Amino acid sequence: MKKVAVIGVGNSRFGVRTDVTISELAFEAVKPSLEDAGLAASDIQFVALGSVGAGAWYEELLPAVVISEYCGMTRAGLVRCEAACASGSAAFFTAYSAIASGQAEIAMALGAEKMREIDNATSMEWIGRAGYYLWEFHNFGITFPAYYALYARAHMAKFGTTEEDLALVAVKNHKYAAMNPIAQLRNRITVDDVLSSMVIASPLKLYDCCPLTDGSSSVILASEDKVKELKIETPIWVAGIGYSSGTANLSRRPDFVGLEASALASQRAYKAAGITSNQLDVAEVHDCFTIAEIMAYEDIGLCKKGEGVKLLRDGQTEIGGKIPVNVDGGLKAKGHPIGTTGCSMIYELTKQLRGEAVEKTRQVPLKNYIGLAHNVGGTGHYCYVTILKR
Amino acid sequence: MQEIPISRTLKFWEGLKEGRVYATRCTNCGKLYFPPNADCPACLTTGLEWVELSREAEIETFTHVVVRPTTFQQNKPYTVAIGKLKEGVKVLTWLTGFKLSEIKVGMKVNLAAKVTPEGSLTYEFTPLTAK
Repeated sequence: MKKVAVIGVGNSRFGVRTDVTISELAFEAVKPSLEDAGLAASDIQFVALGSVGAGAWYEELLPAVVISEYCGMTRAGLVRCEAACASGSAAFFTAYSAIASGQAEIAMALGAEKMREIDNATSMEWIGRAGYYLWEFHNFGITFPAYYALYARAHMAKFGTTEEDLALVAVKNHKYAAMNPIAQLRNRITVDDVLSSMVIASPLKLYDCCPLTDGSSSVILASEDKVKELKIETPIWVAGIGYSSGTANLSRRPDFVGLEASALASQRAYKAAGITSNQLDVAEVHDCFTIAEIMAYEDIGLCKKGEGVKLLRDGQTEIGGKIPVNVDGGLKAKGHPIGTTGCSMIYELTKQLRGEAVEKTRQVPLKNYIGLAHNVGGTGHYCYVTILKR
Repeated sequence: MQEIPISRTLKFWEGLKEGRVYATRCTNCGKLYFPPNADCPACLTTGLEWVELSREAEIETFTHVVVRPTTFQQNKPYTVAIGKLKEGVKVLTWLTGFKLSEIKVGMKVNLAAKVTPEGSLTYEFTPLTAK
């Protein structure tokens, strides 16, 4: 396989973006990513798009086609990737594979999602169906917060995790989002704010949940030959990618205190990159709900199973701690446009590993110049873990 | 939405009308499936046998769903739980007949087939005494 590097990134402002269409929103990420790489749109040979809501949450059925026309990439090879909330990472893996295999020399992984054109109950309906519709939604109306609430309750029962512990994740991630101009929820909050917010699906409350978000993110990848030819100053290399999946029916899972797909995907990624979790300088993990971040610490090996809360309470996942996690605000506060998130994690890691986090207060210290992105689709239905190295 | 095909799980749905909850067992490898599979993903055997499940389940986890999706707007908030039966299979369904404060991980409940007032076929967890 050929070596592949990230050579350009761009990210739109996240939030309620009823001011723009899906194409206009994508343009806000595509243009800066091309400028960052020093390329023209016509240089992109292949585009893999992560987007879930096509024809359901927003009006376009063929978003890869309309976005490519709008951004000047018509005639590139196109595909839309679906891996639920990990669609952006699936797109990244697809674009990476196109180059690693020698099929293309320059490719784009693009995430574009519009979730705010429909009302809240309809969103709960669509996303709640993202499991095994027939057996777990049709008669029982389980929602996405409810899926993760089942994990939260089991984690609390087994390890003594408390609602205050869950709240600490939200407090941390809002703190960093407040420093991130592209984030959706830039208000700092307290543990009491979380505990007193309305119950969505017990024990999860409003501030335990990520928002519904419109946003786009673009990542340009190139082969080693192209990196040299283009004289890219700071290429960020793809060191390893791991992937796995979990059963559609939650009732067929062995337990509800962690996601097996996360554990397997991360083990595969570490092996592919030839590193251990101790070598990471920074991590982006899938915190769609507060419990998800705590489980991620444990599943990807930042600590032992059941010790995620200790890591959090001790401030070890903040800047200055053992391993800073989600210092862009995470899904929880930066926002979670579900097909976009995987690419936006790569955007943040690239900026961090270059040492150019836009706001210096958010720059993590760099020792090994290695970062990890952990992106879950559904409730551990899909998982991709991507490791980048400068 | 068009109707969901149930021709290969018909016995399961008819069983609910008779107050029974069926799983399927692979006639080749012996693996038990709930929800019922018509085909075995472990050994790819087709045409599994029907086995009636026992009724006592142990609650592994639960949640009370307050903010509800479009198709459940008419319902009051409901509790969804996952319980494990002695056969080893788990069931995800509604847990009814308890105050929320009474529900604990590890408690024993009854698995019951149910026909709703609207005529829908389903199943739920209920208090053990309600057999």
